[in-house]
Amino acid sequence: MAVEKRVRFRSGWLPWALVAPQLAIVLVFFFWPAAQGLYFSVLQQDAFGTSVQFVGLDNFRTLFKDETYLASFRVTAIFSLLVAVLGLALSLMLAVMADRVVKGSGAYRTLLIWPYAVAPAVAGVLWLFMFAPSIGVVSYALNAIGIPWNHLLDGTDALILVVAAAVWKQISYNFLFFLAGLQSIPKSLIEAAAIDGAGPWRRFWTVQFPLLSPTAFFLLVINIVYAFFDTFAIIDAATQGGPGKDTAILVYKLYFDGFKAMDLGGSAAQSVVLMVIVIALTVVQFRYVERRVNY
Amino acid sequence: MKLKSLALAAAASSLLAALPAQAQTEIIWWHSMSGQLGEWVNGLAKGFNDSQKDYKVTPVFKGTYPESFAAAIAAFRAGNAPHILQVFEVGTASMMASKGAIVPVTEVFKTAGLKFDPSVYVPAVAGYYTAPNGQMLSLPFNSSTTVFHYNKDAFKAAGLDPEKPPTTWPEVARAAASLKIAGHKCPFTTSWQSWTQLESFSAWHNVEFATKNNGFNGLDTRLAVNTPLHVRHIQNLANMSQQGLFVYKGRNNSADATFVSGECAMTTGSSALYGAVKRNAKFTGGIGTLPYYPDVAGAPQNTVIGGASLWAMSGKKPAETKGVALFFKYLSDPQVQAKSHQETGYLPITLEAFKITEASGFYKQNPGTDVSVNQMIRKTTDKSRGIRLGNFVQIRTIIDEELEQVWSGKKTPEQGLADIKKRGDVELEKFQAANKG
Repeated sequence: MAVEKRVRFRSGWLPWALVAPQLAIVLVFFFWPAAQGLYFSVLQQDAFGTSVQFVGLDNFRTLFKDETYLASFRVTAIFSLLVAVLGLALSLMLAVMADRVVKGSGAYRTLLIWPYAVAPAVAGVLWLFMFAPSIGVVSYALNAIGIPWNHLLDGTDALILVVAAAVWKQISYNFLFFLAGLQSIPKSLIEAAAIDGAGPWRRFWTVQFPLLSPTAFFLLVINIVYAFFDTFAIIDAATQGGPGKDTAILVYKLYFDGFKAMDLGGSAAQSVVLMVIVIALTVVQFRYVERRVNY
Repeated sequence: MKLKSLALAAAASSLLAALPAQAQTEIIWWHSMSGQLGEWVNGLAKGFNDSQKDYKVTPVFKGTYPESFAAAIAAFRAGNAPHILQVFEVGTASMMASKGAIVPVTEVFKTAGLKFDPSVYVPAVAGYYTAPNGQMLSLPFNSSTTVFHYNKDAFKAAGLDPEKPPTTWPEVARAAASLKIAGHKCPFTTSWQSWTQLESFSAWHNVEFATKNNGFNGLDTRLAVNTPLHVRHIQNLANMSQQGLFVYKGRNNSADATFVSGECAMTTGSSALYGAVKRNAKFTGGIGTLPYYPDVAGAPQNTVIGGASLWAMSGKKPAETKGVALFFKYLSDPQVQAKSHQETGYLPITLEAFKITEASGFYKQNPGTDVSVNQMIRKTTDKSRGIRLGNFVQIRTIIDEELEQVWSGKKTPEQGLADIKKRGDVELEKFQAANKG
């Protein structure tokens, strides 16, 4: 690989000064809110903060006594897995296909990247309209071919709806990275494999996919984080967690309790739980999945 | 010439704008009224500003009810809350519990040296916002109540009398069956299922929705929604749902659109839906009283209100508080009230405004608009005065979640209502613990 370049600083303060702006941003936008979340999670306060009292781990205790909260772990696991796997698989497929297109590739790519510009809440509403039980285009078609669709009362239908919206929203982002990854693979490698007699399928799995693995790993981490944190607006717009609690993933309950119900303590406790889960997941991914990545 | 006159006009307008600003005290009012209702709010502020010179009320639209509530909380914590905040009815208990954040309306008037007479207000409306000691805490502003809407054209097509809406639940079921036979896919639906089918339902039958007089007499209130009467009603709706007579159309007011579009023929919802039906529906809409069970003693009593009230925020200068008091007084003026009531379809908050509207013949020209008023202008009982629960936003969501499982057949009505009580009581206990001080 390339020769490693290393610059040595004589003075001790210069490197710190150079990273200071970045550090400041991380401190203000990541560590400070996280610390506040931790602090709020051990307090109980009314909406306006006129009475605040320290309650220790009470917020966590109430949280884990709530059966529906425990049930939403299951929903979250299913939802996140579906969103990450489907999102990655579909976008990889699209990227591979777009990579092979010779004519008009610009137009295809632009169209595929478009959904990324749509706000999550708008994506939720779009899908909601298409699947609205009585007026939606898709639900009408489904009913016409004999599949009853009612996400207002059928939990599976509701889950399909929010997963579809969340995947659709994220495909563009994944697509961009996969496409860039594919295009950075030297053509000579693929040509050499072709000369050795490998078909397109074989070439993809033995040459392209291993070389894409750093991109795929990066996207896996990003998509898990996306499914865990960024999808509450889609859920809020499409199902509000219903029917029952069938689509109430952890971050949606957190959003609801904190911003609609004004229960800051309970909501902060949930954010701490969520933070722990995502840290654990990321550690697992880096320790076990990353080993299989070829850089 | 043109330039000169332009400059002159600019100078004159800036002079006009600058002059009153110095002499006037500004009152900031955060509200959640958009569209036509936003214009109504601006009109009220303008009316008040034109009526005197010392104060200027500036209405600011701050998004939906939950959004403006959240914004006001953030602003209060940062020390720059608005003078007046419009809060929806489910936020009432949270506001009342935040004693340091608000000034009761009675206090506002006292500080300003104005006389305050609580008896001019409609009891069922004002009672919702009155403390156990009789002190009125916030000013009722836009209040509506639960009524029964039906499609007169669909009734005619199904061979039902369009001038006789069903008044009891057995009659609703019979009408729904006729509509279904006539080919209607959605005979009956409902908006705000917690508000219409449990909260107002309880008051209308003069039974408690929650103990301690629905929370008016203490924070140790607990839900009382699993009585035989409640189970009977939810069972009845679940049966209707199984038979395709009742079709669930989603949380909050999402069923409203299905009624206005003509898809559903009957619905229970807010009386404020009247305006949308009149403007947008391609059929003739009718309004009836909320249905009840005729064999229940004491029914029908009165329904409970929804909507919002105006709260005066604390920490303001005496001059500003006086401005708030004068504005509240202006809003309570019978003429202003009557005009608001007729313009928006919201309930009148004073008895005088109701009389003025009646005398003007408004109800005769707009049949159905008096139904909500008649449901409210009654002497209330301790069980029907209103509902005041902490963490009400969460409780309403719990009710949505559990009822959805009943409609889909996953839970029996008994089980669903028992789970509502179990989960709702946890919220009430949490609120009690947080506000015992």
